[in-house]
Amino acid sequence: MKFGILVNEGPYQHQASDSAYQFTKAALEKGHEIYRVFFYHDGVYNASRLTVPPQDDRNIVNRWSDLGKEHNLDMVVCIAAAQRRGLLDENEAKRQGKDANNIAEGFRISGLGQLIEAGIQSERMMVFGD
Amino acid sequence: MLHTVNKSPFDKNSLENCLRFARKGHSILLFEDGIYGALKGTRFETLIAEGLKSSTIYVLVPDLEARGMRMDNVIDGVKATDYAGFVDLSAENKTVQAWL
Repeated sequence: MKFGILVNEGPYQHQASDSAYQFTKAALEKGHEIYRVFFYHDGVYNASRLTVPPQDDRNIVNRWSDLGKEHNLDMVVCIAAAQRRGLLDENEAKRQGKDANNIAEGFRISGLGQLIEAGIQSERMMVFGD
Repeated sequence: MLHTVNKSPFDKNSLENCLRFARKGHSILLFEDGIYGALKGTRFETLIAEGLKSSTIYVLVPDLEARGMRMDNVIDGVKATDYAGFVDLSAENKTVQAWL
């Protein structure tokens, strides 16, 4: 079955990202397809390459990157939500005249249409938020 | 239909709303802080007992245990599940409503 995953909250403050990750992992282990993981609102912080959690804590960003790499997941960050919060990829940094970018490996920045499309293409849309 | 509740009924009224809207044969999953609604001896116990008459109610054990609780603390009739079970419930039910 095709699942769409929506993550509406950032890492560490809420459990939403952890729950979404555990759900996604369990679904993949069962042989389901993850059509897309969409990061919206504060959820965009899950894609910041510059997060440095303590060594003995889970690294939520790397965990998503690793899962994305392993299963070739389409992990999309909402562009408007990302720009408001200072999350940029190389192209956007250049376009906005910023001196750095901070998007983690495996994530891509795109528009809200990608969420709508995921809702249409997926058989189930799972929402993880506060 | 699967309903998911991730908030404690002591903080938010999402569990009460969910139970009001849930219809016969629906499934309800309590996870994250939602697990507090499944505990014995709280003022929400009668609400859950009432909900169990028409719905199947599940509690996510990893979230229960992360909060220092065990299935012994959970109201009789509430079923235990894990993330794999959460995935199965989502696949079995045609629609999923997250009561955020």
